[in-house]
Amino acid sequence: MSSTPTDTKGKDRARAAARARAQRAPVYRRSADFRWTHDPEQCARCKRCVQQCGFKALSWEDGPVVDPEKCVGCHRCEMFCPQQAIAVVPQVQHYRPHPLWTQAHRQNLYLQAETGGVLLAGMGNDLPYPVLWDNLLLDACQVTNPSIDPLREPMELRTYLGRRPDAVEVTLGGDGPELATEMGPTLELETPIIFAAMSYGSISLNAQKAIAMAAEECGTLWNTGEGGLHEDLKPYAHRAFVQCASGRFGVHADYLNAGAAIEIKIGQGAKPGIGGHLPGEKVSAEVSETRMIPVGSDALSPAPQHDIYSIEDLRQLIYALKEASNYEKPVSVKIAAVHNVAAIASGIVRAGADMVYLDGFRGGTGAAPTIIRDHLGIPIEIAIAVVDQQLREEGIRNQASIIAAGGIRSSADAAKAIALGADAIAIGTGALLALGCTLCQKCYTGRCSWGITTQDPALTRRLDPYVGSRRVGNLLRGWSAELEEILGAMGVNAIESLRGSRERLRGVGLDKTTLDILGVKPAGVGA
Amino acid sequence: MSEEVFDRGRRTISGCGLSGMMSLTGERVDGRAIRASIALLHERSNGLGGGFAAYGIYPERRDHFALHIMYDTDEARRRTESALEDDFDVAQDERIPTRPHPGIVNPPSLMRYFVLPRASRLEEDGATAEDYVLARVMRVNAEISDAFVFSSGKNMGAFKAVGYAEDIAAFFRLDEYEAYIWIAHGRFPTNTPGWWAGAHPFTLLDWAVVHNGEISSYGINRRYLEMFNYQCTMRTDTEVMAYLLDLLIRRHELPVEVACDVLAAPFWEQIERMPEERRRLYSALRQVYGGALVNGPFAIIFARHGEMVGLNDRIKLRPLVAARKDSWLYLSSEESGIRAMCARPDLVWAPRAGQPVIGRLGSEVVAGEPAHGGRIAVGQEATSE
Amino acid sequence: MRIDASDLHYRDLNRRIREAAAAGTKSFDLLNVNGQRYIGDGIAGAEVEIDIHGVPGNDLGAFMDGPTIRVHGNAQDAVANTMNAGRIIVDGHAGDVLGYGMRGGELLVRGKVGYRVGIHMKAYRGRRPVIVAGGTAGDFLGEYMAGGLLIVLGLETTNGEPLIGDWCATGMHGGAIYLRGEVDPRQVASNFADLRAADAEDLQDIRESVEAFCEAFSLDAGRILGDGFMRVGPISHRPYGAKYAA
Repeated sequence: MSSTPTDTKGKDRARAAARARAQRAPVYRRSADFRWTHDPEQCARCKRCVQQCGFKALSWEDGPVVDPEKCVGCHRCEMFCPQQAIAVVPQVQHYRPHPLWTQAHRQNLYLQAETGGVLLAGMGNDLPYPVLWDNLLLDACQVTNPSIDPLREPMELRTYLGRRPDAVEVTLGGDGPELATEMGPTLELETPIIFAAMSYGSISLNAQKAIAMAAEECGTLWNTGEGGLHEDLKPYAHRAFVQCASGRFGVHADYLNAGAAIEIKIGQGAKPGIGGHLPGEKVSAEVSETRMIPVGSDALSPAPQHDIYSIEDLRQLIYALKEASNYEKPVSVKIAAVHNVAAIASGIVRAGADMVYLDGFRGGTGAAPTIIRDHLGIPIEIAIAVVDQQLREEGIRNQASIIAAGGIRSSADAAKAIALGADAIAIGTGALLALGCTLCQKCYTGRCSWGITTQDPALTRRLDPYVGSRRVGNLLRGWSAELEEILGAMGVNAIESLRGSRERLRGVGLDKTTLDILGVKPAGVGA
Repeated sequence: MSEEVFDRGRRTISGCGLSGMMSLTGERVDGRAIRASIALLHERSNGLGGGFAAYGIYPERRDHFALHIMYDTDEARRRTESALEDDFDVAQDERIPTRPHPGIVNPPSLMRYFVLPRASRLEEDGATAEDYVLARVMRVNAEISDAFVFSSGKNMGAFKAVGYAEDIAAFFRLDEYEAYIWIAHGRFPTNTPGWWAGAHPFTLLDWAVVHNGEISSYGINRRYLEMFNYQCTMRTDTEVMAYLLDLLIRRHELPVEVACDVLAAPFWEQIERMPEERRRLYSALRQVYGGALVNGPFAIIFARHGEMVGLNDRIKLRPLVAARKDSWLYLSSEESGIRAMCARPDLVWAPRAGQPVIGRLGSEVVAGEPAHGGRIAVGQEATSE
Repeated sequence: MRIDASDLHYRDLNRRIREAAAAGTKSFDLLNVNGQRYIGDGIAGAEVEIDIHGVPGNDLGAFMDGPTIRVHGNAQDAVANTMNAGRIIVDGHAGDVLGYGMRGGELLVRGKVGYRVGIHMKAYRGRRPVIVAGGTAGDFLGEYMAGGLLIVLGLETTNGEPLIGDWCATGMHGGAIYLRGEVDPRQVASNFADLRAADAEDLQDIRESVEAFCEAFSLDAGRILGDGFMRVGPISHRPYGAKYAA
């Protein structure tokens, strides 16, 4: 297999391109992340690879020709090649190795030397920080209490989100006990897995629709993000969190009342303390209508909500939203998991929120400054543990539900999050992977080959929302069945018996302080 | 790794046998019948703990709190008694009568005290007499090592030890006490044997609980209780059960039936088939009391003055059988355990999963008794004399 | 052979039965039984007959291979556990988890039965285990059932008493359950089993077992067989085939 076209014409072209690059930046040399290889003997010359490349890295010149600078390693061409003639492999390190000055550091530095810009990245933090999920193990029953077979006995994943009283008041009437407590609005889920906020704008309408349909079908919730609610998604709004973020895009009274619940977005795990920026070129007519801003105008989300500079202001916004929705919609407040998350969450609950949504430092994003994405925040595992404990110690745990997100990769991560104290977990990246995403991390370019993080009609039409919704739904069904297996192995038949039950977790390879913070015993310590 | 980490929630898990009997008219009998029943269930225990609770045994001191305390050292006794003298008027103190038994080894020093809260202190506290006593019992148990208050109700008492239940009955001379409710426990712990305080019943004021099964939801039940300031120190699941009952029935004032429906909640699919009003109630109970759902196998018998209740888990992973004879209600892990107390019951039945059997003093109607007749007690004529 | 079981530990009781059976004794009369476990456990021989007066303990007839046991009273939990062959007749009622993994033989209970009756009963090479309950049954009837015959007759039930409990036939993948009377379809696991009225052929299938039951308790089989039966059968022998991804 040879790497690039062997014909003379192709070689000439490649040489010319290299010369042009050298003239443009004599010092800087941008290196490719991937090596695109192609076997001309296998090639059926169908040109599908060129058509499929959303990043325009491939062109046709008697055969496919790559511009290595443009290839992001999304593997679309490779997957669509009927002859399996293409292989995209990571580019071999070509600098002298250095443990401190890694290739990534050097390349970023060269790029900034050239441009003077802020490095940009998509999806979640990709640095090798410890993943605490991988240091936690779940329990199972043997002899002294029976495991329960989820294949036949009833297994309950049903989850409610929202504020609950500490006690139920019951009066004894003629027909037996009667409920005397007024219950506030709560959200009923058939599985403790919901979808994270991803706005129309950051993802395509087809992607959002696929997720919304899956949420409805599986009895769970999706989240509009801060892009407003597109007309086509109104039928699914009763299963949606409608988000009210700092840009207030598309936020109006009907919108607030259309959803199942309202979410105030303070921050996002991928970029705590940072706002957002949807470039004007992505603000198409439809995005414009949904966001209620002019076509082509930049959609800027300020870093903070400018009516919230302190906790009492949060309370003011929470109640403004509750007034606008006649106290019929529970309100969630979404924050990035930061160092003081426990105290912040406590303040949020006391300010009147019905749910606290914690987004860990591994959470995804359409676009974030790389430095922010990779270096701010704390792990979601820690955030769940300290928030749950804090709310319990203050006796206010019943007053709000905890939703946890940011790097949950499997039902095992979900089970561990719930055992640490989360009421439900949210998945964003996981849902996009189900739609075809390969984590190329170039969402911010708007060129997604899979039609997910793009508004280009040529690309978005690649994503059939019905096919997509089946795939996302399958993911939820598979994870839910696995959660049932986990519950059964633990000998419980309701998710609330796992929720907060840290007794069913053990740590391996964790230091004492981390174990104490997690409230988890090391493996080897019995009941 | 610190002691703290090891100690957090370490507990004994156990299988067991249970029996209970109650006169609905308050008739008192001695402890021989209950002993025969728990002896018959010998196979369900392993000699590592057992005990009894008896109601109505101190009629001459019916208004006093009867504190049963075990001491491992004289120092513990001296410190405890000095604390008691500060907080209480002690009307009577004495050794709990025992009879040496080869099956009961190294007993601690066993004392009982009939006390009333000191009026001036009680007033200072502004608490009810019950809360006053409860706080002091908890303090002794938490703060004075080698001293343990294992019974603190009025006109009732718990008797427990390491050994087989029938030997424990002989040791404590239960044939000399008369009670209208007896509950008993023979224990099969699978961990940390040899701790007298860890035997059942577990008591709190006049509550007593005996329990069979390991609670698979212990971790969250315990954390749930911690929110309401219950500290689980006893290393046994049963403690969790006792505190949940105290929280739900005494503090949240739920009717006993409803509290049982929290511990052994109906499934959502069953709730959905209920009429609207009931559905609302059960939906609210499950949303609010998810942390109090006791999951995994259990059967319990719990009692307080005037009431004895039997309950098993919501998919019936532990056995429980009930029976009636005249004005008596019987409960046991096995029917044979009932027949050891009462050879010919009028009615024997197996309570449904999660549905409590509740006997109340002065009421001939037992909640949970099947309206359409349970198991008829056939074959008695064949039990040849 | 008469044995007075009063205050006799089960080990002594069962040893005496085992030794006598091995020496050729065919007939046993056990008096004053109360709670002794494992009676008939592992005993082989179709000619052995054991009459029990009183309430035998758990695991009655476990692993049994041929004998006939008659209980003149109620039985407790786990009767006919993994039984291979033989017959157990209970004049009264019986408890939970009856016939767990039962591979052959018959269990005839005149009265009610508890939870998880017939769990994982299975048929194998001409063996077809049968349980007939004269009264009602609790939740999880025929759970995980892989073969054999489960019949609930609902005799002498009063108004409002359900014939069976919830979650009947969950995990069922073989055998058949016959229920004499009305059943709320929500009580049967529709994802595993199919509930329908029994037809003439079905009645033929259960005739022999119902007749055996009626003979044991002096009842009129003709009258009982005349009433409407419902039949619960598995939808598939491989109910979990589609559950896994590989």
